[in-house]
Amino acid sequence: MPASANDEFKTTDLMTMTDPHPAATGPCSPESLAAAVAAGLDAVARAADLAELASVRTAHVDGRSAPLVLARRALGELPREDRAEAGRRLNEALATVRDAFTARLAELTAARDARVLVEERVDVTLPARRRRPGARHPIAVLTERVVDTFVAMGYEVAEGPEVEHDWFNFEALNMHPDHPARSEHDTLYVEPEGAGRVLRTHTSPVQVRALLSRPLPVYVVCPGRTFRNDTIDATHSPVFGQLEGLAVDEGITMADLRGTLEAFASALFGTNLATRLRPSFFPFTEPSAELDVQCFNCRGEAARQPCRVCSDEGWIELGGCGMVDPNVLRAAGVDASRYSGFAFGMGLERAAMIRHGVREIRDFVDGDIRFSLPFGIEG
Amino acid sequence: MLVLMSWLREMVPGLPPARAVADALIRAGFEVENVEPVGRDLAGVVVGQVLSIEVVEAKKKSVRWCQVRVAEPVGAADSGADAEAGSRGVICGAFNFEVGDKVAIALPGAVLPGGFEITARRTYGHVSNGMICSARELGISDDHTGILVLGPGAPIGADVAELLDLADDVLDIAVTPDRGYGLSVRGIAREAATAFGLPFADPGLAPTPPADDRGYPVRIEDPQGCDRYVARVISGVDPAAVSPLRWARRLTLSGMRPISAAVDVTNAIMLGLGQPLHAFDKAKLTGPIVVRRARPGERLVTLDGVDRALDPEDLVIADDSGPIALAGVMGGASTEVGDTTTEIVLEAAHFDPIAVARTARRHRLFSEASRRFERGVDPALAPVAAEAASALFAELAGGRAEPGVTDIDLRAPIAPIRFPLSEPTRLGGRLYPDEIVRARLTDVGCRIDPLPEDDADSGALTGGDEGAAGEDVAAAAATVLVTPPSWRPDLTRPADLVEEVMRLEGYDTIPVTLPRLPAGRGLTPGQRLSRAISRALAYEGFTEVMTLPFVGAGVADALDLPADDRRRAAVRIANPIAEDAAYLRTTLLPGLFDAAVRNIGRGHPDLALFEIGQVFRELETPPTKVTVPSVLDRPSDDEVAALDAALPEQPRRVAGVRPGRRGPAGPGGGGGRGAGRPADWADAIEAAHAMARAVGVELTVTADEHAPWHPGRCAMLTVDGVLVGHAGELHPRVIGAFGLPERTVAFELDPDRLIAAGLRRGPVAAPVISPYPPADRDVALVVSTETPVAEVSAALRDGAGELLESLTLFDVFEGEQIGEGRRSLAFGLRLRATDRTLTAEEANSVRDAAAAEANRRTGAVLRA
Repeated sequence: MPASANDEFKTTDLMTMTDPHPAATGPCSPESLAAAVAAGLDAVARAADLAELASVRTAHVDGRSAPLVLARRALGELPREDRAEAGRRLNEALATVRDAFTARLAELTAARDARVLVEERVDVTLPARRRRPGARHPIAVLTERVVDTFVAMGYEVAEGPEVEHDWFNFEALNMHPDHPARSEHDTLYVEPEGAGRVLRTHTSPVQVRALLSRPLPVYVVCPGRTFRNDTIDATHSPVFGQLEGLAVDEGITMADLRGTLEAFASALFGTNLATRLRPSFFPFTEPSAELDVQCFNCRGEAARQPCRVCSDEGWIELGGCGMVDPNVLRAAGVDASRYSGFAFGMGLERAAMIRHGVREIRDFVDGDIRFSLPFGIEG
Repeated sequence: MLVLMSWLREMVPGLPPARAVADALIRAGFEVENVEPVGRDLAGVVVGQVLSIEVVEAKKKSVRWCQVRVAEPVGAADSGADAEAGSRGVICGAFNFEVGDKVAIALPGAVLPGGFEITARRTYGHVSNGMICSARELGISDDHTGILVLGPGAPIGADVAELLDLADDVLDIAVTPDRGYGLSVRGIAREAATAFGLPFADPGLAPTPPADDRGYPVRIEDPQGCDRYVARVISGVDPAAVSPLRWARRLTLSGMRPISAAVDVTNAIMLGLGQPLHAFDKAKLTGPIVVRRARPGERLVTLDGVDRALDPEDLVIADDSGPIALAGVMGGASTEVGDTTTEIVLEAAHFDPIAVARTARRHRLFSEASRRFERGVDPALAPVAAEAASALFAELAGGRAEPGVTDIDLRAPIAPIRFPLSEPTRLGGRLYPDEIVRARLTDVGCRIDPLPEDDADSGALTGGDEGAAGEDVAAAAATVLVTPPSWRPDLTRPADLVEEVMRLEGYDTIPVTLPRLPAGRGLTPGQRLSRAISRALAYEGFTEVMTLPFVGAGVADALDLPADDRRRAAVRIANPIAEDAAYLRTTLLPGLFDAAVRNIGRGHPDLALFEIGQVFRELETPPTKVTVPSVLDRPSDDEVAALDAALPEQPRRVAGVRPGRRGPAGPGGGGGRGAGRPADWADAIEAAHAMARAVGVELTVTADEHAPWHPGRCAMLTVDGVLVGHAGELHPRVIGAFGLPERTVAFELDPDRLIAAGLRRGPVAAPVISPYPPADRDVALVVSTETPVAEVSAALRDGAGELLESLTLFDVFEGEQIGEGRRSLAFGLRLRATDRTLTAEEANSVRDAAAAEANRRTGAVLRA
């Protein structure tokens, strides 16, 4: 390549020995050099392509047997007084041949680029996929997104079993044995009967487990699958994801709950959306509230224009929340006069349906790849 | 609960329009799901002026032929009997109006309440072009003594519905189960009055006549099930009486069908005050009324005609004949009020919510009455409701209340709540001044008393934790005794009162703050790696699914599982949604297989699916009944352990299935052609490797025979000798049983074992990067086909020692030259030292040592 030829040439340039009696004959004689230059220039000019030019380079520019290279080797044999003059002549000769070579190289490279690369053109719009794309389940992606929001606030993630003991799922959550939610209609019980096994109906039992297993203060979120005795159809599923949050500390207030949920709603649906707490009832919170977030689609303007996301309500019901019921704190051995706490829970399918416009809840459990693929891997 | 605005306004005069009331109720915790305008269907009834009257004599009675102007004349003088000047001829049977009076006339095409459509018809020798209406016919009141005469100011042609404000609104309110009082107009009225600061004369507190012993005899044998029973006798009831239009309209709009005046009265009182009533036909009663539990073997035919076997726990109303009603749930057929009933025994009682709830659930019999009793009916209401019903009987059905009043009152006094007035501020995050707290509790109906002198530091009452000794005097003074009203059995603790204060002040007045959290530790390393596993599979081309965890009993056989396989230890659901899916999965594979088949059926034959989730396995010894800890204190560790020990094993699994081709069909990048390579056993193992790489461990692969995999194509995957799962091609029988494509491959691993191995690794030791050139040596070894490559590789690695940088199997060859039952394995060894360039001699001797070790362990010989 020209670059390395240059380097080599520069090192020989450093020879500054002089000879007062330049040889009249031999490879360094003006005649020999002129002949070598002429032959070199001729060969360079006649090189038709880059391959030929490469052999010209060996033969005339920097190959071991190129005349000018041989001449340089002979330089040292000249009488000292002739060396300077011969060296100067030799450098001139080399420069001439090398410049011609470089110029021809550029010329032929340009020609090659103009012709060969055009011939090698491919249709880059041919499908380049050599493997199938994969995807995460939208509920998994959404769960991680929500969890990350809370983890960033300082929460930790707690988990629990899906077949849960009645005591955790109901009793410790202030749901006495005659609570309507405990009737067979809603709860899936697990055999053997009398062992107290249920498929957990919510992620709230993880709250109790977290309070029993962690030192106070406790700040946890609990995502997980929950179960209800519902036949699957467009709007019901016997299995659905829930995410529960729990904060128990000194001085926790409803105001803290509001702020936390507002931060969470903006992580899920975007910023600057109003939230609204509506008084409600849950056995495990008192006071209790439903959390509504302003519809991200119509921004509460549904009264003026129809909105499919919120069914013209202007608000989206996101989940239930409230201050942890003193009975729950007591069952977990927390001193309710010193500590207070809030808890909230939300349905992940519902959030995903709203966020992504999913039409049927059964899509989440059908396992049709067409459903998951658009959600990609990182959400 | 459907609540009519007009009914609400009757109790709370001055309420704003329905929408505003609905918004205020929502703000107070009553979810108004819908506001439905009604009464606007009365279009077609207009104001008319009687121009002339002509009496028409008929056989039995006389009627009148009237000319009624229904539109102001446009200009020309009217000529009487024709319609050209906007007047109509109408036949009318009433005589209470004169020429010049303004009347309500329903024009042909008008529809009156109850769906009565008006048409022009020929009668008494005239074509009557409409109908002059009575107040009852318009659904305004029950007055049917004559037609409705409007004031002289009523403009001719005006819409009567608009003029008389017949328009009403129905609020559809979802009442939360703690607020039984909200299942009445009375309860909602109190909330509405509070929301707008309007005065509220509570009809539930109306005076009642004193009880005496002249009423119908009643005996309560089960005071726990019934602590209040009021009975009144109504006589002279007209069994044929029909409720006037006004009440019929009210009931209909409130979601109840008008039946007979007697039934309608009980329903109207229940809707208005919230007290379920029951009317017994006195003639069909035998002996005194007794409230008791059912006796073994007793039966009752309820009003819905169902003959029910009673449970000894069922609370019943009985007489000498046996049970005559399921208390608080439904009456019995034997004492039903019918079209011969003239004497009624009216029951207004208070039943135990739990007894009613259990009976309703046991008999799957959910009535308006049971719904209210379950959620709590005001026990003080019974005499008031009975009195109101007596009055309404008189009004609607001509009945008259007999003088005797039976009232058995066994109620326990309402326990006052010891309540620090600062409690709402402590939990609300804003200041609730004492006077606001007092005012709001008073709105709710609570009585507030100072603490008794001697009780200031006893802490004996509800909420006593706050009353610890040493509390300062000011705080003690700010603690009061709050006695909730009789209609609020849900208020028993300070927290309940806090909610009342907060919701009535409005949750929107609560500020927005964030708690100050201690520094969190983020995700645990295990949680992080779990995510890494899912991502790794997705990046490998697998699509995540979340299938239902329910499987049928036959799934273990379909998977070809051996008899003693733990995956046969399935847990059964006691009340499964479907009998053919009554078990919980013990492996993720069946759900994935079904999802794969579904996708293939929908036109996607080339798939890669994965799932990560819990599976369930019954304990070796299924649990017996566990002693459930109290909820009054923290359970002991042993108690928690006992609860956990009753649960089945619930390990997590990650599994995948890959039928069809691995890559997309058609010309790939660079113009290559082909249908894509079918996924094979190695793709399943590769997916497992991808997960292992994601958590930083290396899997050891050995051959295994393990259902549901092909016995010759099943890899057991281990890490440090610990089994983490299996991968490979599925058994053809399993493929057949699930309808999967031939040669489908799958894997199933325990992600938590993989993660545990990853977490054991500790920090990665950085490799030394040698600047010296490598020496590459190849070696071809001939071994028995029975010898796993992994063993040969392991021997080569060990034999080569630490100069071996990498080992690559680049060719496997079987053929005649090699010999039957043998194969040639060609390996490339890349050798490199960290401190020098290896000489040819060194490299050769490493290769020879490696080959020698392979020969020693596996009998491998250098290929000639």
